[in-house]
Amino acid sequence: MSVQGRGVNWRGIAAIYRFEVARFGRTILTSLMTPVITTSLYFIVFGSAIGSRMTEINGIPYGAFIVPGLIMLSMFQESIFNASFGIYMPKWNGTIYELLSAPMSAIETVVAYVGAAATKSMLLGLIIFATAHLFVSVEVAHPLAMLAFMALIAVSFCLFGFILGIWAQNFEQLQVVPLLVIMPMTFLGGAFYSIHMLPEPWKTVTLFNPVVYLISGFRWTFFGAGDVSIGLSLGFVALMLLVCVGLVVWIFRTGYRLKK
Amino acid sequence: MPPVIRVEALTKAYASGHVALDAVDLDIREGEIFALLGPNGAGKTTLISVICGIVTPSGGRVLVRGHDIVRNYRQTRTDIGLVPQELHTDMFETVINTVRFSRGLFGKARNDALIERILRDLSLWDKRKAKIMELSGGMKRRVMIAKALSHEPRVLFLDEPTAGVDVELRRDMWELVRQLRETGVTIILTTHYIEEAEEMADRVGVIDKGRLILVEEKATLMQKLGKKTLTIHLAQPLDAIPRELDDWELSLHHDGHELEYLFDTRAERTGVSALLRTLGDIGLGYKDLNTRESSLEDIFVKLVHTPQSDEVAA
Repeated sequence: MSVQGRGVNWRGIAAIYRFEVARFGRTILTSLMTPVITTSLYFIVFGSAIGSRMTEINGIPYGAFIVPGLIMLSMFQESIFNASFGIYMPKWNGTIYELLSAPMSAIETVVAYVGAAATKSMLLGLIIFATAHLFVSVEVAHPLAMLAFMALIAVSFCLFGFILGIWAQNFEQLQVVPLLVIMPMTFLGGAFYSIHMLPEPWKTVTLFNPVVYLISGFRWTFFGAGDVSIGLSLGFVALMLLVCVGLVVWIFRTGYRLKK
Repeated sequence: MPPVIRVEALTKAYASGHVALDAVDLDIREGEIFALLGPNGAGKTTLISVICGIVTPSGGRVLVRGHDIVRNYRQTRTDIGLVPQELHTDMFETVINTVRFSRGLFGKARNDALIERILRDLSLWDKRKAKIMELSGGMKRRVMIAKALSHEPRVLFLDEPTAGVDVELRRDMWELVRQLRETGVTIILTTHYIEEAEEMADRVGVIDKGRLILVEEKATLMQKLGKKTLTIHLAQPLDAIPRELDDWELSLHHDGHELEYLFDTRAERTGVSALLRTLGDIGLGYKDLNTRESSLEDIFVKLVHTPQSDEVAA
């Protein structure tokens, strides 16, 4: 489908981006306080209470070891929630008519919605990172790689959330994936332990959980080592991005659950 | 002058098999007010939705100011403003922000003076900082019109603009539509009120079951609408209409108990009094008389079932 002239509708992208960021702004207190409180609770329970009885994992104190997993856990959840609500709400309240009748291309729409949600996810990740510093000292081996990895995760999961928001036909469907699929996969994906601590056959079974590769990759940017090689981790991130982009392209080509 | 909108053989069949639009051809002239009349479910909203890009057509094509709505959607959508039938709003937004948002979404640079003028014209300026959820239904509809006008469209679609709207707002709306036309905006509105079409439109299209069955100058259509039916409830049933009454082209109904006479209220001689005199002369007694106006529904029925109604009359 060729698009005639005039280039990119930057103002349209900016309008949606600002609208979405303002939406987050309305719930700024819960948006910022929740991760701070949750992180603190994790550190009190896992870090101090249990962590004091745990030995180091791969030479890293347990408190520091769980920081990347904790950031990933929150970023997975929030990215999916925010991006899915962003596109689900116009569908639900009917304002999608305006988006569909506007001179916005599919890619512009995705950039605006996913960009806004990913911005919030990045912010959230950084807040958790800062909060963690109150409890443990963590040094980051590859700071730039860490930021890049966070950005990739934020974009991938926001894209995934965007797809979920388009697919969902009620609020329950919207909640079911992050709560019943992503949360267990994250807990079982080595957020709070190294998969090498697992006995067989679980160690092998765990390798079928894609989240393992994401958390391991993020942990690599902190400590220079992960459960699996960084190359493999990046491969999985790339694969997830590709699948999500492919699905989004398909959605807009066919108008799936957007247009009648 | 080329038409501002050209609809060619436009068809929409839903996955369920329901055909909402059946090979519709329609030209909208630059600067006119066009009323699309039809009963509920006739395809009015589907037609508008396809032109605006909300519904994907199954066949045919639409050109807006010479541009194809699929290939050159950016251009065509920039030219079009849409006020849908339902009140779809972002409840937590303020009036002014939602109107600014619309302008941005359509790729136009911020223009506070223009937004102020639109809000003032729609009596929304005092409410500009109110959240939309705090507004009444009528005010919400004004907000939706403001949103549609925010990007200075050349063509404005109003889908059932006065459905469920109070008298005052309806009058304001008509006034606004006239003002917009003065500025050269082409307006297409859907309605099932004849009154509205009569008040506003230059031309009227009638759509039923997905087919555009008539497009006419308003004046012509209103002549057809200005008809009344006189029903004469007879004292004794008739087997056939007496020859003396041939001039009135009557029809016999309800097993010969009722005579019906269709007449034009705007004609100099309606023929009613002459008919009643003749009935008296030939000694045909009647119990009751009543007249009713041809409603839009009657016109639809007539337009859609013309061949069948001939059979009935014969």
